[in-house]
Amino acid sequence: MRSTRTALSASYLLAACAATAPAMAQQKSAADGIAEYRAMLADGNPAELFEAKGEDLWKTKRGPKNASLERCDLGKGPGVVKGAFVELPRYFGDTGRVQDLESRLLTCMERLQGFDPLSIAKTPFGQGEQLTMEGLTAWISAESRGLKFNLPQAHADERKTYELGKRAFFYRGGPYDFSCASCHGQPDKRIRLQDLPELTKNPGNGIGFAAWPAYRVSSGEMWSMQRRLNDCFRQQRFPYPGYASDVTIALGVYMGVNAKDAESVAPALKR
Amino acid sequence: MTRKKTLFLAAAATSAALLAGCAALESKPDYDALVTQMMTGSFRDEGIAKVDRLQQDASNAACSKAQGDSPPEDVVDAIQQAALKSVRMPSDGKFIGDWREGEKLAQNGRGMTWTDKSAAPAANGGNCYNCHQITKAEISYGTIGPSLYQYGKNRGVTDAESPAAKPIIEYTWTKMWNAKAYNACSGMPRFGHAGLLDEKQLKDLMALILDPKSPVNQ
Repeated sequence: MRSTRTALSASYLLAACAATAPAMAQQKSAADGIAEYRAMLADGNPAELFEAKGEDLWKTKRGPKNASLERCDLGKGPGVVKGAFVELPRYFGDTGRVQDLESRLLTCMERLQGFDPLSIAKTPFGQGEQLTMEGLTAWISAESRGLKFNLPQAHADERKTYELGKRAFFYRGGPYDFSCASCHGQPDKRIRLQDLPELTKNPGNGIGFAAWPAYRVSSGEMWSMQRRLNDCFRQQRFPYPGYASDVTIALGVYMGVNAKDAESVAPALKR
Repeated sequence: MTRKKTLFLAAAATSAALLAGCAALESKPDYDALVTQMMTGSFRDEGIAKVDRLQQDASNAACSKAQGDSPPEDVVDAIQQAALKSVRMPSDGKFIGDWREGEKLAQNGRGMTWTDKSAAPAANGGNCYNCHQITKAEISYGTIGPSLYQYGKNRGVTDAESPAAKPIIEYTWTKMWNAKAYNACSGMPRFGHAGLLDEKQLKDLMALILDPKSPVNQ
């Protein structure tokens, strides 16, 4: 009982101090607090657990064809993982399409392992084979940690997809008239206290496109770029984007090309 | 030069021109058509968020096309004129509600996503603090929109019901009802026009920033 009372009076004291502190100091300490919280967590990013799982999944024989993904071509030749992430999305001759990491993994899981890509695309995030995607994207992105984004734009389809991504980025609609640019088209803006990266240009090392996949502390989940974009569209009040749909890949090309020379920190850690 | 040869050369020149034409066509895709194809092919209905949300009115189409810049002047004028015409003033002539209710709405960032159950105004928040500073006490505010702290006080509103305050009251109501009336590509949702908030909710938000008794104007 006594200790409870002591704890209570201590919290009253703290509250009183916070209330009397000037507003500017409060604001600073709120932002600083978040930064400190992130720094503390960065020491042990739970994304490492997903990376380990992903590497295992890559090398394990799975699926109807009982095969591993070790011959999967992520753009730098069959089986080459290091450096692949920072050059995606790119054009693939064998599918005749521009693909991001996740749509490319669907191709490999179909062709090498015999999985049904449509059924995986329809699976809700955080369930079934989508858990496989969480691990694979965590590990594959980690294999490019510290490298700089350098998406190829040599193929006409890659340039066309960039142009489509740009138009998707500025596409206003829905009940709020929002586009991606509503939040990410200007420098130094925030929603509440959350800083917003400006994605029409390179927003800096490890910011924006260079920070996903990421482990989200608030939900305890590993989010791939597809999942990040999905939640952007939810908050944009848009209808539901298909997993690995054309608009998500086009936005990946637009953001990825804009992020040229930004250093990847993925898989990152988010609040 | 024989006639046959001339004809042949002319034919060759024509086909070269044709080929060049085709090449030009190939090198410049029809992006408007491709964007429509990409958008309609990429989204599906989920809950209250249906694919008809992708359809753009004149304002959204023009502002998307401008890609962050301003559309041509005549287009801007047409959008603003149409938006101004769309505004419905309060049916009872009263603009100012309860600032306490307004503050609750301003804090509430919910509404209109595919995880929200209802699209009715009663289920929607104003989302105001997401983008604006409003009261001094709330330090968790966004910066996409301008600060509204002391909005009424800075504009000399001492009595929101007075004739002197009428122009700023009507301007503010119009801005909340349809922000495109004064800024064709405004980033602010059209709360009245799009049916996001009802008259009473808008009045409460008006009170939050215009009532001299509201903490915003202290």
